[in-house]
Amino acid sequence: MSARMAEGGLLLNRDRAIEFTFNGKRMTGFEGDTLASALLANGQLLVGRSFKYHRPRGIVASGPEEPNALVNLGRGARLEPNQRATTTELFDGLEAASQNHWPSLEFDVGVLSSCLSRFLPAGFYYKTFIHPRPAWKHVFEPLIRQSAGLGKAPKGSDADVYEHFHVHADVLVIGGGIAGLAAARQAGAAGAEVLLVEQFPHWGGRAPVDGGLINGKHPSRWVADTVAELERMPNVRLRARCMGAGVYDHGYVLAHERLSDHAPEDNLPRHRLWKIRARQVVTATGAIERPLPFAFNDRPGVMLASAVRDYAVNHAVSPGDRTIVVTNNDDAYRTAVLLRRAGLEVPAIIDARSHAEGPLIKAAHDHGIPVEFGRGIVKVKGHARVEGAAIGAQAGEGAVLEEIACDAIAMSGGWSPAVHLWSHCGGKLAWDDERVHFRPDPEGAPTGADGGAFVRAAGMANGAVTTADVLADADAQGRAAAEAAGHARRRKAGPKADPEQHAPAAAVWMMPQGASAALRQKMWLDFQNDVKVSDVQLAAQEGFESVEHAKRYTTLGMATDQGKLSNINGLAVLSQSLNKAVQQVGTTTFRPPYSPISMGAIAGEARDETFQPIRRTPIHAWHEANGAFWEPVGQWRRPYCYRRPGESVEEAVRREVKNTREALGLLDASTLGKILVKGPDAGKFLDMMYTNMISTLKPGSCRYGLMCNENGFLIDDGVVARIDGETFLCHTTTGGADRIHAHMEEWLQTEWWDWKVYTANLTEQYAQIAVVGPKAREALEQLGGFDVSSEALPFMAWADGKLGGFGVRIYRISFSGELSYEIAVDANQGQAIWNALMQAGAEFGVMPYGTEALHVMRAEKGYIMIGDETDGTVIPQDLGLGWAISKKKQDFLGKRAQERGHMIDPDRWKLVGLETLDGSVLPDGAYATAPGTNANGQRKVQGRVTSTYYSPTVGRGIALGLVKRGPERTGHVLEFPGTDGAIQKARIVGPVFYDPEGERQNA
Amino acid sequence: MPDAVSALDGAAFEGFARVEEAGPCGMIALRGDLSSTALRTAATDIAGTGFPERRKAQFADGKGICWMSLDEVLVLCPYREAAAAAAKIEKALHGTHHLAANVSDSRTLFFVSGAESREAIAKLSPADLSPAAFRPGQFRRTRLAQTPAAFWMRDDLTVGVIVFRSVAQYAFDALKKAAAPGSEAGFFR
Repeated sequence: MSARMAEGGLLLNRDRAIEFTFNGKRMTGFEGDTLASALLANGQLLVGRSFKYHRPRGIVASGPEEPNALVNLGRGARLEPNQRATTTELFDGLEAASQNHWPSLEFDVGVLSSCLSRFLPAGFYYKTFIHPRPAWKHVFEPLIRQSAGLGKAPKGSDADVYEHFHVHADVLVIGGGIAGLAAARQAGAAGAEVLLVEQFPHWGGRAPVDGGLINGKHPSRWVADTVAELERMPNVRLRARCMGAGVYDHGYVLAHERLSDHAPEDNLPRHRLWKIRARQVVTATGAIERPLPFAFNDRPGVMLASAVRDYAVNHAVSPGDRTIVVTNNDDAYRTAVLLRRAGLEVPAIIDARSHAEGPLIKAAHDHGIPVEFGRGIVKVKGHARVEGAAIGAQAGEGAVLEEIACDAIAMSGGWSPAVHLWSHCGGKLAWDDERVHFRPDPEGAPTGADGGAFVRAAGMANGAVTTADVLADADAQGRAAAEAAGHARRRKAGPKADPEQHAPAAAVWMMPQGASAALRQKMWLDFQNDVKVSDVQLAAQEGFESVEHAKRYTTLGMATDQGKLSNINGLAVLSQSLNKAVQQVGTTTFRPPYSPISMGAIAGEARDETFQPIRRTPIHAWHEANGAFWEPVGQWRRPYCYRRPGESVEEAVRREVKNTREALGLLDASTLGKILVKGPDAGKFLDMMYTNMISTLKPGSCRYGLMCNENGFLIDDGVVARIDGETFLCHTTTGGADRIHAHMEEWLQTEWWDWKVYTANLTEQYAQIAVVGPKAREALEQLGGFDVSSEALPFMAWADGKLGGFGVRIYRISFSGELSYEIAVDANQGQAIWNALMQAGAEFGVMPYGTEALHVMRAEKGYIMIGDETDGTVIPQDLGLGWAISKKKQDFLGKRAQERGHMIDPDRWKLVGLETLDGSVLPDGAYATAPGTNANGQRKVQGRVTSTYYSPTVGRGIALGLVKRGPERTGHVLEFPGTDGAIQKARIVGPVFYDPEGERQNA
Repeated sequence: MPDAVSALDGAAFEGFARVEEAGPCGMIALRGDLSSTALRTAATDIAGTGFPERRKAQFADGKGICWMSLDEVLVLCPYREAAAAAAKIEKALHGTHHLAANVSDSRTLFFVSGAESREAIAKLSPADLSPAAFRPGQFRRTRLAQTPAAFWMRDDLTVGVIVFRSVAQYAFDALKKAAAPGSEAGFFR
């Protein structure tokens, strides 16, 4: 039974007790506890059930490598699943619940799957559930989804706020252990701007736990002194609770700071995602201890030897009264000695090595701890928790030589440098046979734009083992990083520690090395995903030789811990199965984040009202206050229609169309693109951009123009107004403004860089209001000051002047077929002139109209809409717009493409009008079928609907469509099968349904 | 002609930094050969300042010139003078290839002020806001969250931020979040 010891606890404040609950049970811990240490202190060894077999699981580790202790944390709008107990700081009122069991943690029905485990080997879902076919979808998949899974997904929206923070640094040091502190200290002394981040709330990493002397002081003392020294340096900044999450190209690093996880009521941002641009990165991320693969090594009570020390020293928690230490290296002897000094029993140290000597081993002997060399654990005794261990010869096959009763096992399979951040951006690894680990290959560092290394590993993360080596390496790496960042001002004497003596570790990938199949099926590699030694061996046997394939087949290392404990053991087992050296097998790819970060932190401020920018016209607020039913158009919001009380959307649209046709409508057209093009070569340039001739346009006049890309396809349309000899204003579609401006600039900057043309996007400079309808002129005359007569301002002309006191430019252009003026005014006057127009129009029955009425009216007139009639494969000739394609010009963008055989094929689908025989409205996008089927057995088609509306003006459904040889087939009836099976018939007609002579707009 | 109304009509927010929409401001986009004496003179005549170097800006008495790109500057002046100023530049540069456009109404100007004003901006923009890298006199064209923005330091405590008018509300909302009381990172102190 794990328990709190009476004394000690480096990180504890025993004066402040903290209440929390686990599965509804009230428990108490101290300030400084993690949830994991507090659970252990309360005797709660069992913390969850495994993913696949629902096996009982306990806490294994003491950091982000923990695979088992994942909990649902919080509730309601603060519920978060899969939170690691080992990295969760205890706070008052914390509510945790274990995961992946039913009905309860202690009694879980899903454990039955463990009995079936021989039928659920690696890749079982690829082969076990193949037959009968329909059973997968209806039986097996739902069942598997039900039984597998971790925490509960939160249902509501997240109550917390999150943010990003961009900073730049010369040297970023990741990891605040003694290596990180030493590196930051030396880089700071050199004069670099240094940022040091540490994932835990405290500094110093494991050094204070493992003791020794640094500069003659206890590591805790040295850490405190060094932190104080760094805090005094103005060019060094320190952040605790801030985890280096990912290293990317060009020195871009993400770090995840947990601001209020430990005090959720503070109303602070919960997490802050640091977006760091560093010249140099030092990864001082330490090392992670490996478990040992022996049978039933997943029983609650089996822990990493280092974790046992962490809990004992930092939190004064003992894992049990009798702890067996099992190891292949000297380091785990520290655990044995520590427990013994704390007055706990260590019945044996089981050392897989046949012999070893060193000061740590001697210390164990001196404390009277029995050491059994050449032995291994054959299997763990006990079910819900450790009750003992069966011991046998490591060199054997599993014959039990003795059984030792215990209630905890501390295991150490050696240390793997945490190379994740080194590797994210391409850092290479080298296998070190002597130290039995992968460490960063200094010849294969991630390189920056200058070809030089921009990431340096330091300390244990770089393969150093002893404190003295760690400090020397980190000191040198800190100095080198600062130098590489251009700083070499001063050098401080580096910290020193006494050399230590170690016996070499042994490579132990299975215990015992010749274990039987039955034992191998119970040796866990990946605790979280339930992957065992036998699974990896099966993968190798079935031909998954690449480590990446074996990983995916077995799911080794694919859980939320990303295999921090399992990867090296797994690939070592694979290499043995394949009879290859470990380095030949290699590692899987390390990808960010190092440890999971919150989705909220990734989103930052991009939620709710700032989820994405919404563009608003100067008249937006008025629309909102007057019943606007919004339609997103690009990032703009435009009124689709203005609903009156009790009115449906359809009714509103019909009313707006009718009123505009019969009286007077106002449209907020401010979103249309307005690009100023100026220069001696502006005419020549626009002749290239548009299909028609623009250069001949007279100042004061407008022309409708088409723009194609170099493949001939129509990309935008709009009215061009010539302002003066070398100035044009090009109107674009709403969605096209930025795109067309960029398109123009690209041609000017890359192809015609010697042409004298400047452009400016003036879209937002003006509010633009269309005043439309037979009463438009009268309404403007009511405002007065501007001659809007047909003589002074004929169709397709523009003029500047004063209208009702406003400085305006009026374009006499029409997209509705009605008498129409578009009035441009400085945006800051937009709302005022809208109000004035509404007032002046009142006596003429003015109503605002939205985009749907605009669409209906343009379709009634047969005007095309970019994005409806065009889809990136349509050329102007398809749309009956041949009149807008200059025959005189030598060249324009798209000209040659439009001469290709496919483009002049008479069989192309061309624009027509479509009238249903019964007056109904065709569905948008419906296809006209043709006789026969194609090679795929699909019905042949001969056309499709591109725009379709109910026209209140002509009192029936109208549509535009593209039909094979359409205009030649006027009068033909086409069939449009609907998704409901019914067929609608429609006759091909001309595309203009209303006022084909254009008398109304020319009035 | 009624008074000009800027996008947020002077809205303000008090967080750890104050965020305030500055009302209408005169702005003239001027493109041309930035090395030509004629262009430099035309701009400096309006602003009454020197001509800025690359990535810098010069200000005096509510006027200024901001370097926007290799062939563009932004001339700042009082809103009411902008149209006349644009015309004056146009006249001065008549016959030389250039573009001068009054863009006052297409932009919104914010001032973010307070001891930690840099931090509010650094939460939203990738530019280096550290006092070592960004000081009064410098000018950045970059982004603010998801929208284009340009900014400079009016003084050691105040950042001027220009965004497009249509996203004024978005930028204000984002700045409000960034300047929320208690959320300062304390990094640039």
